[in-house]
Amino acid sequence: MTDAVAPRHAATPAAVATGPAVRMTGIVKRFGAVVANADAALTVTPGEIHAVVGENGAGKSTLLRVLSGMYAPDGGTVEVFGRDVTGWSTAQAIAAGVGMVHQHFMLVPTLTVAENVVLGVEPTTGLRFDRGEAERALAALARESGLACEPQRLVRDLSVGEAQRVEILKALYRGARLLILDEPTAVLSPPEVDELWRVLRRLRDGGTTVVLVTHKLDELMDVTDHITVMRAGRTVGQLVTRRTTPAAIATAMVGRAVALDASGMPVGVAADGASPATAHASPAFATPGTDAPTPAYSATPRLLVEGLVVAGARRARACDGVAFAVQPGEIVGIAGVEGNGQTELVEAIAGLRAPVAGRIVVDGTDVTRFGVGQRLRHGITHIPEDRHARGLVLDYSVAENLILGRQRHYARSGRIDRRRVRRFAEERIAAFDIRPADPDLPARALSGGNQQKIVVAREMPADFRVLLASQPTRGVDVGAIEFIHDQLRAARRAGKAILLVSAELNEILALSDRILVMYGGRIVHECARAGASEESLGPWMTGAAA
Amino acid sequence: MSPRTRRAIEEGLLPTLAALLVALVAGDLLILSYGQAPGAVWRLMLDGTWGNAYGIGQVLYKATTLAFTGLAVAVGLRAGLFNIGAESQLAAGGFAAALMGLALPPALGPWVAVPLCLAAAAVGGGMVGLVPGLLRARFGAHEVIATIMLNFVVLAFLNWCMASGGLSVPETLHTRAIPHASVPRLASFLEAFHGSAANLVLLVAIATAVATGWFLFRTRQGYELRAVGLQPEAAENAGIRVPRTWLIAMVASGAIAGLGGTNFVLGYKQYFEDGFTGGAGFLGIAVALVGRNHPLGVVLAALFFATLSQGGLAIHALVPKQMVEVLEGVVILAVAMSVPAVRALLRARPRAAAPAAAPVAAEG
Repeated sequence: MTDAVAPRHAATPAAVATGPAVRMTGIVKRFGAVVANADAALTVTPGEIHAVVGENGAGKSTLLRVLSGMYAPDGGTVEVFGRDVTGWSTAQAIAAGVGMVHQHFMLVPTLTVAENVVLGVEPTTGLRFDRGEAERALAALARESGLACEPQRLVRDLSVGEAQRVEILKALYRGARLLILDEPTAVLSPPEVDELWRVLRRLRDGGTTVVLVTHKLDELMDVTDHITVMRAGRTVGQLVTRRTTPAAIATAMVGRAVALDASGMPVGVAADGASPATAHASPAFATPGTDAPTPAYSATPRLLVEGLVVAGARRARACDGVAFAVQPGEIVGIAGVEGNGQTELVEAIAGLRAPVAGRIVVDGTDVTRFGVGQRLRHGITHIPEDRHARGLVLDYSVAENLILGRQRHYARSGRIDRRRVRRFAEERIAAFDIRPADPDLPARALSGGNQQKIVVAREMPADFRVLLASQPTRGVDVGAIEFIHDQLRAARRAGKAILLVSAELNEILALSDRILVMYGGRIVHECARAGASEESLGPWMTGAAA
Repeated sequence: MSPRTRRAIEEGLLPTLAALLVALVAGDLLILSYGQAPGAVWRLMLDGTWGNAYGIGQVLYKATTLAFTGLAVAVGLRAGLFNIGAESQLAAGGFAAALMGLALPPALGPWVAVPLCLAAAAVGGGMVGLVPGLLRARFGAHEVIATIMLNFVVLAFLNWCMASGGLSVPETLHTRAIPHASVPRLASFLEAFHGSAANLVLLVAIATAVATGWFLFRTRQGYELRAVGLQPEAAENAGIRVPRTWLIAMVASGAIAGLGGTNFVLGYKQYFEDGFTGGAGFLGIAVALVGRNHPLGVVLAALFFATLSQGGLAIHALVPKQMVEVLEGVVILAVAMSVPAVRALLRARPRAAAPAAAPVAAEG
């Protein structure tokens, strides 16, 4: 053992059983004029799994960042393990046993797992970095905590789930007794999510306290002990998980009743037209009365994909001979663990990636050789999976983002007609309830859910034919999910063809008429919605049934 | 004025003012280190620049070239491209203008010859911009490397053209004069400017700044160009052809820098001379930086750097003129640092101001 680092796992529960692990009261945090936390509070019992839930922009992440020392609060007090630590630094937090796992991992891809875990607290022999010691220490920690890992693998070769495990190990290696996870499941596949819960339960049983942020209400019920609900920067309540229901949580989050189906997905007006709870949502394509979605099978499908082979960043045949059709008024859902060729498939149809082989036909026109702009004009629209990189120009205003890709329609002999842009923006902001309702605000200033509404509002004009919806509700709060789902259902009623790709099996099951499962770049299973369930699709998604 | 407009103006202006303040203090210390009184030196500097018509003329002349190169760099940066090649684009523009002038029969007269020479300058600079633009769009070669290397190639080529005889007047490194394509100096309208090099290419610079602003912020092409500069993936997803936009931006950038060459060739000497650029292309990077890539800011920054440059000559009697070059460096560093610092301060201010403002609100 060297003196450079003392990897310890989980202090004994007795040592921390004297009071709450965390007591935050009256937390205020402002960013300029924006109040992220108005009067937030959080009390966490030692050795429990505690969830913080709320809509996008409710101030959950801010609260946890105050706890982890990333932000100093403008008001209120933070106590950790009985000590007043208000305004401490991340270094002090880590030294006191508080570790944070961020939504976007902070790992060096070109270093090994062991090197990443010990980064900053490397064991040394003299001046030399002792890699062997680092790997031994990590292996011991992995055994102790039950988090399997291969110390010598490069982080860039890991799956998202494995990388997350490295982040958790990194926190534990620094002696974390309180683990903070910011939306840990947002990037994971269903089996990886189950694995994460197993790991967190095991850590809890070993005495570690876990605080996490999540959007997925059904998960909360299985794994947490207490739930703190936030709304508009305030803590509106703390619930005991055993004595509550997803519907009650959703109501507390949104401040009004939200209809949920059995899996925790909101039920929209289309499926449940009588629900008064969803009266605020007014789909752009409202065609009242046509409730039951029956895709009209015509001779020519709206979207036809044949023998599509697409090269990916890592695999030459990331998408390996995919064929399917989408009829007018049909939502086809593509289920599958992320990284099985869905991204490449969607990008090829959108024109962002040239296919190696195969054909893409929209309403009888072969668009395989069309550029992105040409496809757009032919009625193919795309809600990209990464709204921050592809969906929005964050420094452009809401109005400028709403015309992105349609700028030609708003230009007369090369000059942009700013009055028309503004009128259009005001109309869309009202129709999609984008908040704050200010067309001049930069997109960066909006919450994730409202940013996604900008993308959806733009990609669902009246005249499109095919919509490629990739993770349309990722990182979006319940209210916005409900709204976006309503939009998709309304577009289906209007005879559009929709290809839905989602890592959320619940979302696929809630919206699709037909479900395709992708695994290893191929479609390994196809079924109608009626015959599908999480249990029946799961084996196909993991390749077990192939 | 809405609070947001005010915030935008403050964020645009305050960093520069803060940087100038820092430079002023640094200048004071430098002057003191030479045993001179700062007040006297600054007064001398102002007298030598904005204090008389000749000084103003010289500042305007230098600012004209800098406005062109600053605008050139700014257009590139708006598209996400760092054009380090304004120096050689400027030289190539001047050379092309001189060649056009030499090729045109003197009988044509300035009304025909000057526009043709201006066009030649834009084409000459644009062609030098086209090369890195193509390399970037077609092969993904980084424009910083390409433009730096092209500077050597183009400047060496122009030097060879002049040194190898043929084009140049014997025993010199400049071409024959092209008086038939000369742009009138300000002195021919106002006697007070007598002796200064300021000329009507100044108006071309102002027109170019206005046109650049209009292009960037009012046209569809400008909207697409800025989107590409801010977020190329999102622009691609919106059907904007990113490589083509890069190409357009580099050619436009080169053409604007090339136009700057006419300030010397048509407005001042009436001939092309090897090395006439004297670093104005490189200084254009600083002008764009201090001007925050906004045409109005670029014009103001060009005036500022031209004042420093001319002022350096004026104070030479008291302190070495190199002091001014040190000051230029200080301003650039201070701007680079103060942009994020001032923004952070501005964003934090409502927090500090809120308690003070509360009682007022309560009374009202």
